[in-house]
Amino acid sequence: MAVVTQSAMTAEPSVTSPKMTARDLNLFYSDNQALFDVNLDIVERQVTALIGPSGCGKSTFLRCMNRMNDTIDGVTINGKVTLDDRDIYDKAIDVVQLRARIGMVFQKPNPFPKSIYDNVAYGPRIHGLVNSRDELDEIVMTSLERAGLLKEVKDRLPEPATGLSGGQQQRLCIARAVAVSPEVILMDEPCSALDPIATAKVEELIDELRSNYTIVIVTHSMQQAARVSQRTAFFHLGKLVEVGETDQIFTNPKDERTKGYITGRFG
Amino acid sequence: MSLTFLLLAVAALCALSFYFGRQRAVALSGGRYSNLHSLPAHYGTYTAMWCGIPALLLLLVWYMFQGSIIEAMIVSDLPAEITGDSGRLSLALNSISLIAAGNGEHLSVDPEVVEAGQRLANLQTIANAALVVVMLSTAMIGLALSYRKIAKEMRARNNVERIARYAMIACSGIAILSTVGIVFSLLFEALHFFSKINPIEFLFGLEWSPQTAIRADQVASEGAFGAIPLFVGTLLITLIAMFVAVPVGLFSAIYMGEYASSKFRAFAKPALEILAGVPTVVYGFFAALTVAPFLRDNGAVLGLDVSSESALAAGLVMGVMIIPFVSSLSDDVMSQVPKSLRDGSYGLGATKSETIRHVILPAALPGVVGAVLLAVSRAIGETMIVVMAAGLAANMTVNPLQAVTTVTVQIVTLLVGDQEFDSAKTLSAFALGLVLFLVTLGLNVFALKVVQKYREKYD
Ligand SMILES: Nc1ncnc2c1ncn2[C@@H]1O[C@H](COP(=O)(O)OP(=O)(O)OP(=O)(O)O)[C@@H](O)[C@H]1O
Ligand SMILES: [Mg+2]
Repeated sequence: MAVVTQSAMTAEPSVTSPKMTARDLNLFYSDNQALFDVNLDIVERQVTALIGPSGCGKSTFLRCMNRMNDTIDGVTINGKVTLDDRDIYDKAIDVVQLRARIGMVFQKPNPFPKSIYDNVAYGPRIHGLVNSRDELDEIVMTSLERAGLLKEVKDRLPEPATGLSGGQQQRLCIARAVAVSPEVILMDEPCSALDPIATAKVEELIDELRSNYTIVIVTHSMQQAARVSQRTAFFHLGKLVEVGETDQIFTNPKDERTKGYITGRFG
Repeated sequence: MSLTFLLLAVAALCALSFYFGRQRAVALSGGRYSNLHSLPAHYGTYTAMWCGIPALLLLLVWYMFQGSIIEAMIVSDLPAEITGDSGRLSLALNSISLIAAGNGEHLSVDPEVVEAGQRLANLQTIANAALVVVMLSTAMIGLALSYRKIAKEMRARNNVERIARYAMIACSGIAILSTVGIVFSLLFEALHFFSKINPIEFLFGLEWSPQTAIRADQVASEGAFGAIPLFVGTLLITLIAMFVAVPVGLFSAIYMGEYASSKFRAFAKPALEILAGVPTVVYGFFAALTVAPFLRDNGAVLGLDVSSESALAAGLVMGVMIIPFVSSLSDDVMSQVPKSLRDGSYGLGATKSETIRHVILPAALPGVVGAVLLAVSRAIGETMIVVMAAGLAANMTVNPLQAVTTVTVQIVTLLVGDQEFDSAKTLSAFALGLVLFLVTLGLNVFALKVVQKYREKYD
């Protein structure tokens, strides 16, 4: 097996026509730099997994991609992130519309303290996506269907969402994100609060969603990354160390650090 | 020796016993504190507590009984002709204590009484001396006994903590007992009042003029004790105050919590809290001297007849007073809405105001309602502003431009000045106080329930 010693930063030739790109992205929390010159392409209608040891900047990078870091005080960002070749940090970009195109699912299920129906209807309502109650019903139903939750909740739509189980809540959050028809869905450790069965369901769901959406998922589980993603990016200490086809990263990593992390020698 | 010196002496003894107890523990440990059950300071505290607490308890008991025991001794020595007549007896006892205090030169009284006065002075001197001796020896005995009990295995830490717990129980007991005492005295005097005036008339009567004749020879005008005008006045002013305080307080809380930069927040929050620190009497003269004349003059320009003491002036100023109350409480409940909910909303592309309207406020609503209810009970009980700015006339009106009066104002006016204690006029203050107490209590309990229910949701 040939050991390839290639500079990590340029390890990956750019993919053709990526959905999103990050170029020379640096991010500072006040004076602490959390991301260093990150260059990454996200391929359309694929699942990209971000892996790496705790504190390496996966969540930080993910939040850069829909500008959620804007809500944190003292964050400075330089570099460029694009969506369909447009810089999302451009002044002309409306963050509200941007986030409607790039949805997000969080580590801990966070349904609003409203009914199941209202949770899913929240996005379509604020974005004015519907003109009638029927259309809204339609969106809610298809979103729940897509999130694989419809069967379980169709008789209890007016009940509070906080009454659902953790796994159901997380799938509700996915349905909520899907309801605004985003192009990209960002998921930050969506399964870390779930048991294996609920996790399997969510993974299955991610695999189905891939045909319609571009997905970026942060995960601590190698198996999960291997199971659901087509591309994997390995972060270490705020730097993107290596990115490539998931098969290649797991069977033939080019960087020693990646190899070490995947084989469990550190992390 | 005066009481101050006595207490100082006991304190000094305590300090000493702390030192001894600690030294002894250190000596027993042989240099390694881990040989002891507790830390040396615990042994010191243990001895100090045994030195101080019994002595202080003794002092308390002593003062409770000293007076009555000495009095009984004096009375038993007085001739039967004095003790037989309770009027003469109390007169004699008065003179006796005056003589004992050295102020009795100009009194012309029986020689027995003079003698008794001197005896009283003697007894008091003896008692004080005895107290000093008994107290100090109690402290010493406590010190000695606890010092001897110190041993390696003794659980000084547990003992100290148990005693500390009793002390805390005693403190909360005092707080609770005094509340209960106040409530009961309120209750009994109010019942006394209701034995003179029909409660139905009091609660539903439409006329309030409590001026009953005080002397028998005055032309007795019957007082009227219908409290409805007071309730209406209170309600009117509270309503005006809430109209000011709720929107302003709520919106400032939203601004502070959700929009303001941390720099502005660091300056504005304390500034708002200063508003809460202004004494109500200052608000009162602000209302009476600035706001009320301003309203009257401007009302005149507009052709409105604003009386110089108006519900509006009092209500507006009271509203300003309550703003920090509403804003800091609602700020608290809103900041308790978890960040994950905000993130969820922002992540779906909601704007700030959409997030506030659709997620934060609904989630915080019960808490905000609780805050408002607490503010209402604050407004109902507020006295100083209304005393100074709302007037005394018990008008039955809902016109905010006229003078009205409130329950608290009437209580003040009923009790200021010379009063005959068991007249219906004076007693009605207790009845009003009871009503006020029940209303604010009910509001507070309800508000706290609401707030609590909300808290449970996120814990
Ligand atoms: N809001 C913040 N303010 C300041 N520093 C932050 C903030 N969030 C993250 N950081 C820092 O940035 C670095 C990267 O954090 P990040 O949350 O992106 O790590 P992560 O890879 O997601 O870790 P984990 O796997 O544990 O979630 C860490 O050193 C962290 O301490
Ligand atoms: Mg993370």
